[in-house]
Amino acid sequence: MNTESPIIRPAGLDIARIRADFPILSLPSNGKRLVFLDTAASAQKPRQVIDAESHVYEAEYANIHRGVYDLSQRATVAYDKARTKVRKFINAASDREIVFVRNATEGVNLVAQTWGRKNLKQGDQIILSEMEHHANIVPWQMLREETGLELVVIPITDAGELVWEAYEKAFTSKTKLVAMTQVSNALGTITPMAEIIKVAHAHGVPVLVDGCQAVPHMPVDVQALDADFYVFSGHKLYGPTGVGVLYAKAKILEAMPPYQGGGDMISSVTFAKTTYADIPQRFEAGTPNIAGTIALGAAIDYIESFDRQALLAHEHALLEYATERLQALNTVTIYGTAPEKAAVISFAIKGVHPHDVGTILDFEGIAVRAGHHCAQPVMDRFGVPATTRASFGIYNDFDDVDALIGGIAKVQEIFG
Amino acid sequence: MNDLRELYQEVILDHGRKPRNFGALPDANREAHGHNPLCGDKLDVRLKVKDGIVEDVKFEGAGCAISVASASLMTEVLIGKTEAEAGALFEKFHALITGEADVTLEQLEDLDKLAVFSGVRDYPLRVKCATLGWHTMHAALENNGEMVVTE
Ligand SMILES: Cc1ncc(COP(=O)(O)O)c(C=O)c1O
Repeated sequence: MNTESPIIRPAGLDIARIRADFPILSLPSNGKRLVFLDTAASAQKPRQVIDAESHVYEAEYANIHRGVYDLSQRATVAYDKARTKVRKFINAASDREIVFVRNATEGVNLVAQTWGRKNLKQGDQIILSEMEHHANIVPWQMLREETGLELVVIPITDAGELVWEAYEKAFTSKTKLVAMTQVSNALGTITPMAEIIKVAHAHGVPVLVDGCQAVPHMPVDVQALDADFYVFSGHKLYGPTGVGVLYAKAKILEAMPPYQGGGDMISSVTFAKTTYADIPQRFEAGTPNIAGTIALGAAIDYIESFDRQALLAHEHALLEYATERLQALNTVTIYGTAPEKAAVISFAIKGVHPHDVGTILDFEGIAVRAGHHCAQPVMDRFGVPATTRASFGIYNDFDDVDALIGGIAKVQEIFG
Repeated sequence: MNDLRELYQEVILDHGRKPRNFGALPDANREAHGHNPLCGDKLDVRLKVKDGIVEDVKFEGAGCAISVASASLMTEVLIGKTEAEAGALFEKFHALITGEADVTLEQLEDLDKLAVFSGVRDYPLRVKCATLGWHTMHAALENNGEMVVTE
């Protein structure tokens, strides 16, 4: 144990109390205390979110935007309230700019298939970074197949930062979109999104931000960023699976053709002609994830019940402590050493495959991700097939880092 | 299983570190490429088959200790077997690892070497690691040149 490391908890944060909100964290894993270090893949859920979702089914459930009866109205109101919560959470200008989708992946696909199909043609260029998640690569490749557009990939440095000069120089008269992550799930890098958007806008190019890893970690203000599109998933924000958010500026959404056709997205239908509903309903065909969306609202309430700067400071302290302890082990290499990082650490242990690391840590009750993290270009960039990744959430504490370091000692004992 | 050592037995660690029959096989007449996209493991298996007998087999690639050790031990037991025997072994090994059928060690006959992998069946996510080399070998015999993807 490195006892010299100062353990400073931001005032007002009681991690033990936060932990107690998450029922799963009190269950043993392989007979040991569960040390959950895979929040970047999906966060665990607090009681408040679980209760909100079951409350819908127990007391407030009916289809929305349809019935005139009391239950349906209550469900509709709760659903619409969730939209307002999301709007406030990311400081969008209007509820009309919030489209509920299944997850961030669907958000990107929606933009590619509606805005992209309408506005992009052969030879047009989209700027991406080398550290994108597959969710922000493959939808554009699919559109490339259809339209013949080009993907321009901005490289990253050895530390895992965007090569800024390459980004600035990447713009041409053919550049039509920048699609980039705000926080890399594989490396933890926080990209300078406000500057990225400023540069793009100076060229008249809109920006889609993949905010999947950013939203759970730091306060996000889409208007301050001046983001044109912003996507994230509820499940990484301590909310349920099956619901995500696409934010887009109203004037962009208004000009976008519908995504899927069906109920809820129309204003009138005859066999001769259908007129589409206004935004955001135009993009929400069919019965949505009603209970999940309402529970996402509860997740936002939960997060906002804390001092977010204190949460951020705590996660940062964990990152620094974990980085320091891992760096002290000479068999460990950390991938992603940007000065601005979220609480994500990808690493390799010399001579041991990440899968074996993952299995041995699991045996110790420690859940980490081992693999390519849906970011194979990042793995290729660093010349590794996979890494082990520890990522931290609001319920993690310094003892989780100590457990990880102890688990790694076990790995070395077995593979030594 | 309550001991990690049952999964990571010495034989597995040894073959994982120093795989046997690892490298190129220039006079191979069968080959296949195995890939586990989940973890990025990639193994190529090459065989030299003459008159229905596996005269030589080698593999190359990168993977975790379990997948490398499994492919390594596989090459050791395959040399000298007929194609039919190799196919039957694949089936038996698969059954042992997945726990689908109750394969007893006796049924593995002289292959008790492979029994070190029986601990894998308690780790469903690792089954693909242990079978990657075998799937690839099987594909090389059945459909020379194939790309095998396990998921
Ligand atoms: C940066 C980033 N983008 C996109 C996604 C895709 O999220 P989802 O699978 O919820 O659609 C993830 C999830 O791993 C991510 O980390």
